[in-house]
Amino acid sequence: MWAMVIKEVRQVRRDRRTLAMMIVMPIMLLVVFGYAASFDVSTIRVAFPGGVPDTTNLPDVLEPVATSRSDPVDILRHGDADVVVVGDGTGLVASIDGSQLFTARAALQVFTSAAAQGVPITSEVLFNPELDTSAVLVPGLAGLVLLFVGSLITSLGVVRERQAGTLEQLAVMPLRPRDVFVGKIAPYFVVAAVDMVIVLVVGWLLFDVPFAGSVWLLALGAMLFLFVTLGAGVLISTVSENQGQAIQLAIMTLLPQVLLSGLIFPLESMAAGVRWIGYLLPLTYFNQIARGVMLRDAPFEAIALPFALLAGLGLAVFGLAVLRFRSDLAPSRAAALEPVA
Amino acid sequence: MSFGFTNVTVELAGETAIENVDLEVEPGAITAVIGGDGAGKTTTSRTLVGLLSPKAGSVRRPEAAAIGYQPEAAGTWRDLTVSENLSFVARAHGLPVVSDRHRELLEVTGLGPASDRLAGELSGGMRQKLAVAMAMLPRPELTVLDEPTTGLDPMSRAEVWRLLARAAGEGTAVLATTSYLNEAERASHVVVLDNGRVLAAGTAESIRASFHGVLGISATRPQGGAPAWRRGNHWRVWAPNGSLPPDARAAAPDLEDVVTAAAYARLEAS
Repeated sequence: MWAMVIKEVRQVRRDRRTLAMMIVMPIMLLVVFGYAASFDVSTIRVAFPGGVPDTTNLPDVLEPVATSRSDPVDILRHGDADVVVVGDGTGLVASIDGSQLFTARAALQVFTSAAAQGVPITSEVLFNPELDTSAVLVPGLAGLVLLFVGSLITSLGVVRERQAGTLEQLAVMPLRPRDVFVGKIAPYFVVAAVDMVIVLVVGWLLFDVPFAGSVWLLALGAMLFLFVTLGAGVLISTVSENQGQAIQLAIMTLLPQVLLSGLIFPLESMAAGVRWIGYLLPLTYFNQIARGVMLRDAPFEAIALPFALLAGLGLAVFGLAVLRFRSDLAPSRAAALEPVA
Repeated sequence: MSFGFTNVTVELAGETAIENVDLEVEPGAITAVIGGDGAGKTTTSRTLVGLLSPKAGSVRRPEAAAIGYQPEAAGTWRDLTVSENLSFVARAHGLPVVSDRHRELLEVTGLGPASDRLAGELSGGMRQKLAVAMAMLPRPELTVLDEPTTGLDPMSRAEVWRLLARAAGEGTAVLATTSYLNEAERASHVVVLDNGRVLAAGTAESIRASFHGVLGISATRPQGGAPAWRRGNHWRVWAPNGSLPPDARAAAPDLEDVVTAAAYARLEAS
């Protein structure tokens, strides 16, 4: 038995990446769950298009925000506020954005409690009236599928080629690096796109997830997101020697995205430091785009910022992946292509 | 035009992998690069096809489209069928997917009946023949095969060499690396590498003829410090000065003896 234990300890000690995962992962999970895992909503942004009332009587959780729009649905659709309160002659009506599940639940609780205390206010939840968890989760899950196929499966596909020694063969063939790169990721692009459609259709059929907005807008967001994830997959493959290492790295990039992108825990509930990590993750922005388009029918200008940030991330990650892949494919590719005298 | 090296030195991770190597790979002929583990065979192959850049010296090679290459222990996509592997190479070279060449190679390799089988399901010999066929398919000017016969049984090795001879017969300049000295007889030109340097070069016959001194065979390890090595159940002893130990009887050196003696001589000189 000791022979086995000593052998195993030596192997684990030399496998730095596994060792790092065994040590870093628990610390990361602790930090994430400690600072990020919170469903408590500390701030609800409320718009009062008819004029801000006397805020001294408002509960602390409500934060008045200014808006140039007047229509409550329009305000919520553009994401200017989480709740819009307007007077209807007989009292107040609070329109709540149901696409922000935990914020909506907290808001509903605040206004129901206010009504119970005699405040003439009624509440209505828009975009997700039943406050279904599935309606909020499915758009994000579609992103998770893209992330899984884009990062994990793509990295495995490229690493498998290297492990088999065939990447070297490709480098000598009369193929340009971009031919190899695009040819390698194109099938994963198609598979991921089909997967996403399946997730959305299943979500619609089984869980009645609404699709209120533009299919093309979501498709554009998904395409940008896919560029980031495929680039991440290729990047992972360029620093992995085998499929085991690629899986480890992919998991290390997947897990923070699941926990810190707002897919499960609201970003607003996270501690500032952890929230900023979330702002660096592409799933955060796809999540905002998918929920905005599918649940709120958000127009492009309402989600232009997540689009821009996703495009920026795509450029950075995909560009880096192309550069790394080129040098990885053939360190002296130029020499290979040019006859040397 | 011949391909090859002039005084090439290649460094890998700061270590010299091959040093001052000259190499001629003539069209219509097979050049065998022979050496043990770490001799520099793979570095030679990779440098010749352009995957490594020399630190010094010059490399003569055709453009990428005119190179056929089989890396060490690879050369086929195991989850593609025999036909799909050939078709992929054809597509990459801008050739018709299924052509007379495709059919011809299936026939000469004997892989026709297995054309729909996955490369991963083939025996080692069949897979290696497929790899050679893939390297031959575009009728390259230069074909480089890194250890195409390693791990194969003698029959399969003979089959692979038959294919290489066919490729050379088509006018291609073929370079094959191997760790089997007895395969040198099948090549027109032989370069023996030892620790990254050329130990001997020429035809198998000229290398044999370069032997100096006398070779002896002895049942026991010869005394007196003469260079000796075990082969089978006896000892081979080399007497550079022509004076064999008393218990050794003279014998004709074969290529392995010549190369081993040259390695000894280099060791003595260093």
